[in-house]
Amino acid sequence: MSERKTIRKWFWVWDFEKEERWLNEMALQGWVLDGVGWCTYHFRRCEPGEYTVRLEMRPYDESYVAFMEETGAEFVGRMMAWIYFRKKAADGAFDLYSDIDSRIAHLDRIGKMLTVIGGLNLVMGILNSINGNGIGWVNLLCATLLMYALGRIHGKKEALEKDRQLME
Amino acid sequence: MIDNIALTESTYYILLSLVSPQHGYGIMQQAEELSKGRVRLAAGTLYGALGAMVDKGWIEQLPVEEGSRKKEYQLTAQGRRVLEKEVERLRELADNGERILGGEIK
Repeated sequence: MSERKTIRKWFWVWDFEKEERWLNEMALQGWVLDGVGWCTYHFRRCEPGEYTVRLEMRPYDESYVAFMEETGAEFVGRMMAWIYFRKKAADGAFDLYSDIDSRIAHLDRIGKMLTVIGGLNLVMGILNSINGNGIGWVNLLCATLLMYALGRIHGKKEALEKDRQLME
Repeated sequence: MIDNIALTESTYYILLSLVSPQHGYGIMQQAEELSKGRVRLAAGTLYGALGAMVDKGWIEQLPVEEGSRKKEYQLTAQGRRVLEKEVERLRELADNGERILGGEIK
């Protein structure tokens, strides 16, 4: 059967574009994404450049996946709220978003997720600290990191919104 | 509804593609063909736009045929009015551009 390999790698949430670039570099080298796990990427041998890989944050939605498949894309897997697709390069260009508005909407989805998880950690951190529970500082550290991530995502969004004033 | 709206390019081509019933991939192909390859709607963008347009009542989803997973959409009467208004607006934009720039553009 076809050759496979697994790579463990960590990407910060604001580096999702970097993650996508890396997955496409792998595809160019003849390794296409075939499954995802927690900080884990499974690859399968392919012709170099045979596939384009895309990822996005979107709550899992069956009708969305069906829609994507209808356009020739293949659902590879999902991890947390991230969803991964691939499409054969021969079947045409593959992008998930083609205008500024939908890119902004995507960043909004990421932002909302970070706000919810960050907020929960903040509350948990405060409660745990008040109750003298030793792990309170872990929650507070997580909350700080998530708020930083939110800031990075917000920065990306602001840049797009500036463009959006003049173009679409 | 705001009276003086301008549609985005994606919205405009999606609506134009839906004058006759069309499924998602068909809309992408049609938009690309109509614009001679310039407008390439990405699937995620299209999916979001279709949902928003159904909510607005500009397009409607047709009953899904048995054995098919493909959802087809079609322009509504309201969508057609929005589109006609937009064509009028675009004509004004193009006319003014041509008139003012005069002989500079061919």
